[in-house]
Amino acid sequence: MKNIFKNNIVLSLCLGLCPILAVSNNFEAAYLMGICVLVVLLLSNTIISLIRKLIPENIIIPSYILIIATLVTVIEILVNKFIPDLYNSIGLYLSLITVNCVIFGRAISYASKNTVFKSIIDALTIGIGYLLVISFIGLIREFLGNNTITLIDKTSEILNLPRMIYRIVPNSTYFPINLFQISAGGFIILGIIIAIFNKVKEKTKNE
Amino acid sequence: MSDLIKIIIVSIFAQNIILSKNLGLCPLVGSTNSRKNALGIGICVLIVNLISSILIYFIYKYLLVNTNTTYLKTIITILLIATLVQIIEIIMKKRFNSIYKSLGIYLPLTTTNCAVMGTVLLNISNNYNFIQMIVFTISSSIGFMLVLYIFSSIIEKVNKNVPSCFKGYPVAFIIAGITSMIFMNFSI
Repeated sequence: MKNIFKNNIVLSLCLGLCPILAVSNNFEAAYLMGICVLVVLLLSNTIISLIRKLIPENIIIPSYILIIATLVTVIEILVNKFIPDLYNSIGLYLSLITVNCVIFGRAISYASKNTVFKSIIDALTIGIGYLLVISFIGLIREFLGNNTITLIDKTSEILNLPRMIYRIVPNSTYFPINLFQISAGGFIILGIIIAIFNKVKEKTKNE
Repeated sequence: MSDLIKIIIVSIFAQNIILSKNLGLCPLVGSTNSRKNALGIGICVLIVNLISSILIYFIYKYLLVNTNTTYLKTIITILLIATLVQIIEIIMKKRFNSIYKSLGIYLPLTTTNCAVMGTVLLNISNNYNFIQMIVFTISSSIGFMLVLYIFSSIIEKVNKNVPSCFKGYPVAFIIAGITSMIFMNFSI
């Protein structure tokens, strides 16, 4: 629980920001990206903690990079096969999971020192924290910038479900505010969320 | 010629790699607190970016496409960048020790910088020819350096008098947002 809320890796350490800001103008793309990061993190933490005693001290970094890059390639191929629409829109950021500091940071600082079970728990909590933040920002940005919330659109064919895109405020003169769809809005929303997070943290510390 | 000028303007201003494509944010908010740091990171990114783009261009065109293994591009790119950074570090340490000392920690950090890997992958996905590729790489690195420099000079002044919960990352993001709005005007 500590990893999900209090020490949330995005809000307290500001790691893994590129996908959080780049993919989050659509709720569906945001949570799918979060799930991809969660899967890669889970697998990489598991594999690395399994073979942590086999890797010699001085080639730790290159071998971890290789493991993570292989996992990312697998995810990329799977997404390209099953959700080609998603791959066309966020393909670049899927490849860039390789250089996502969250995954590499957890591999170096946690999985290389702890047992398999502990590493899996760590990956799950950190990954869920990441997923929550990215979907929350996606929700706010899509609502403010486009006046819709997309639950299922690109995955509707493989899941065999109807498309679910909801309009929230009908016939409003204020919505949508285009600023929140472009990257400037993403920066500002993330800034405000981190500020609120810091404030809450300060309050709970004082009590 | 006109398409090259278009690439330069678009990649420095309109589709700036940090402010519009959101790549390379970790160095932006994490370690840009003085103008000297900004230049150091910018120069490292420019060097690594240029060399790795040229190498990947030839490897992709003549090795991966011919052997039908283009799906290996992520692995090849990250391995090449990591190796390259190591080699540059060793050469710098032996030959140009004074520059090496002033660049310090930023050189090894360029391995995990999305801006480098992003540019290399964009080169591949945009199908540029050799000259376009060189121009795109250099101008997007200059765009990176420019934003880092502007950003660091603002943050030096602003960071002293903001509310405590906004100190550090939050104010950095809000400044980045405002800078991004300014850069957006170039795209209209």
